[in-house]
This record gives sequence, structure tokens and C-alpha cells, in this order.
Amino acid sequence: MSQKEWPLWEVFIRSKQGLDHKHVGSLHAADAEMAIQNARDVYTRRLEGVSIWVVESKHVHASNPDDAAAFYEPANDKIYRHPTFYQVPDSIKHM
Amino acid sequence: METLELTQEEQFQARIDADMRIEPKDWMPDAYRKTLIRQISQHAHSELVGMLPEGNWITRAPSLKRKSILLAKVQDEAGHGLYLYSAAETLGASRDQMLADLHSGKAKYSSIFNYPTLSWADMGCVGWLVDGAAILNQVPLCRTSYGPYARAMVRVCKEESFHQRQGFEIMQTLCEGSPEQKAMAQEGLNRWWWPTLMMFGPKDSESPNTEQSMKWRIKRFTNDELRQKFVDMMVPQAEFLGLTVPDPNLKWNEAKQGYDFGDVDWEEFWNVVKGNGMCNQERLQARVQAHEEGAWVREAALAHAEKRKQREAAKAVAA
Repeated sequence: MSQKEWPLWEVFIRSKQGLDHKHVGSLHAADAEMAIQNARDVYTRRLEGVSIWVVESKHVHASNPDDAAAFYEPANDKIYRHPTFYQVPDSIKHM
Repeated sequence: METLELTQEEQFQARIDADMRIEPKDWMPDAYRKTLIRQISQHAHSELVGMLPEGNWITRAPSLKRKSILLAKVQDEAGHGLYLYSAAETLGASRDQMLADLHSGKAKYSSIFNYPTLSWADMGCVGWLVDGAAILNQVPLCRTSYGPYARAMVRVCKEESFHQRQGFEIMQTLCEGSPEQKAMAQEGLNRWWWPTLMMFGPKDSESPNTEQSMKWRIKRFTNDELRQKFVDMMVPQAEFLGLTVPDPNLKWNEAKQGYDFGDVDWEEFWNVVKGNGMCNQERLQARVQAHEEGAWVREAALAHAEKRKQREAAKAVAA
């Protein structure tokens, strides 16, 4: 008996027209077509979606949690990127 | 000024204490990873084996409506198993290894599924009592510290409440039926009450891992707390149905605003855990048989996918 597992796929579902596809979980399937069929059965039994994307998990590249400080903290002191940083006189409308 | 250097493990605990979630690529203590893999895979195995006692009644459901509902419920359980196996895989466990551990008897699953389902009322009891107990266990796990596990539990809990309600409806229909049907409901309750109380696990005093698991927030209430909650929740529902809970020591305790109840037969509990319950062998055998008989399908699908990939590659070269 072959011991080879079916590859792992990440599943993304668009819950309704106009919204983004969102990661919902993963599953095993022999190929993309089967992954989509399985995703239909596993993740949309109650009208959770109108569109499915599947990506083989080995193709997902992720940032490293150890880099979190270097990656994200520089944004902390750039509060001038937010509109609330600026004083708008009360008499100015539509801004 | 004195600087406080936190060890990796202390930083980890601090994140958990702050109710932050741990995600797959984050550092975690080995014991946390191991405990979670064991807990999540046991839970997944329970969903998988849990299909068997109910699958037993699909062909004998009393109406087409009940049959459709039961089919949907059993399909949900397969789905719950899949959500959970995926969560365990994010910790580095392999699906094949988890299944192999289930099939060899190394991994455990909930003992409740080692009891037989003898009558249609048992389908009511499994939904009403067993899934009711499962919900009490599972709702707090939606806030568990490990992200993928918590997210899987949110999905499971959403679906589980349909399971409990359909079980209660089966019981209610039987209780409002003929005297024979009502008796069937009572016999179901008599059979399932105690095994359901065992689902919450050993007494706190005999559950040595509880403290660490609570600290890691992979368990949020103790076994005895949940058992008490369950009794307090279910007794009024049994009264509504006109059924008698099979416990002569059951009594409302005004001071604690909860019920006092009799002691579980712990000898029976450990006996079933050790593999000597009524259906342990039958359940495992059914699982192993399904897995082995499905092997050619898994292999054929892989071979087909490989062949198609090669054909497409050849086409691309030709073009």
C-alpha cells in the first residue's frame, strides 16, 4: 500500500458577491479539481460561499513572526499617515 | 535600573495571559504543542468515530425527513473531524500518522461512542444529551489560546446547535406520542444519562493535566465544573419532556443554586477508556475496514492526478 498522502490545500471562500475571498481552512485532495469539490462539501454546507479558491499549501510563503518588530513597528510612529493627525478648523466643512 | 529579561517561555505565557492567540509559526513550548496535538486529534477522532453509532440508523430512520436530517448531521461530523485534523496539522502532525494512531488503538476518542444505539430514541439522546455535553465542552474552546483550534471550534459550535435541537425534537416527539414511544424515550435517557456525565472526564482530583491546560488556556473550565453545569442545564429539560433522570440522589440544592447528584460509576468509565466497552472493538474495526477498503481510491486519485499533470506538461512542450 502506498503511504503517500494527498497534498494539502488552503481554501479561500467568497461569502457573497462583492466581498473578498477569505481563508477558511485547509484540506487534502489529489488535485485542484478535487480540492474545490471537497472544499464545497467541507466549507460551504450552509450557504457560506459563492466562490472558492484553492492553493496548494506548499505554494504559500509567509512572513516570519520573528520579523514582526522590524516589519510592523516602524508604522507605530507615523501617525501623520492618519487623517486624525491633522487639525481641521471647526468652520471648515466637507473635509 | 534593573532590567527584566523574560525567557521565551515567560514571554509565551505572558501572551496567553493577555488573551493573545498563538499562531502556527509562533514559538511555543514543546509540551504545549504535544498536548494540543493530542487534544485536537482526540477530538477529531471522536468526530470520526461519532459517525458510526448514528450511521447505524440512517437506513432505519422513521421518515424521509428524519433520514435527511440524520444524513446532514453525520456529514457535519465528518466535516468537524476534517476541520480539527487540519488544525492539528498546523502543529506539524501528519494526517496519516494521526489516523494510524487511531487505528492502532494508540490514540483515544470519546468513550461515549463505545455505547450501542439500540432504538430510535437513542438518536434523540445522542443529539440532545451527547451533543449537549459536547457543546458545553466546545463553546469555551472557541476562545482557546491556539488560533487554528479556536477558529475550527467556532465553525463546529455553529453547526452543533442544530444537532442538539434535532435530538431534543426527536425526544419531544416520542414523549408526546404513544405510551410505548414515551417508554422508549425514558429507556433511552436511562441508557445515556450516566455515559454522558462521563464525557466530561475524570474528577478534578484525578485529572492531573487540568491545571497546566487551564494555564495554557487550552481548557477553560474543569471537568467537574462542566459536569455540574450540564446537570443544571439538562434536569429542567428532562422535566419538560416528562422524563425521569435515572439518579436517585439528584436533588436541588438551594444554597449552591444547583443540583446535587450521584457519583458516576468510575470503574465503568475506566473500563471503557481501556478498550473494554460494549462497542470498542466494533468501532475500531469499522474504522480500519473503511480506511483499508478506501486505499485503492486514494491511490487511484493520486495516480490520475499525476497522469493528468504529465499529459498537460507534454501538451505544453508540444505547443
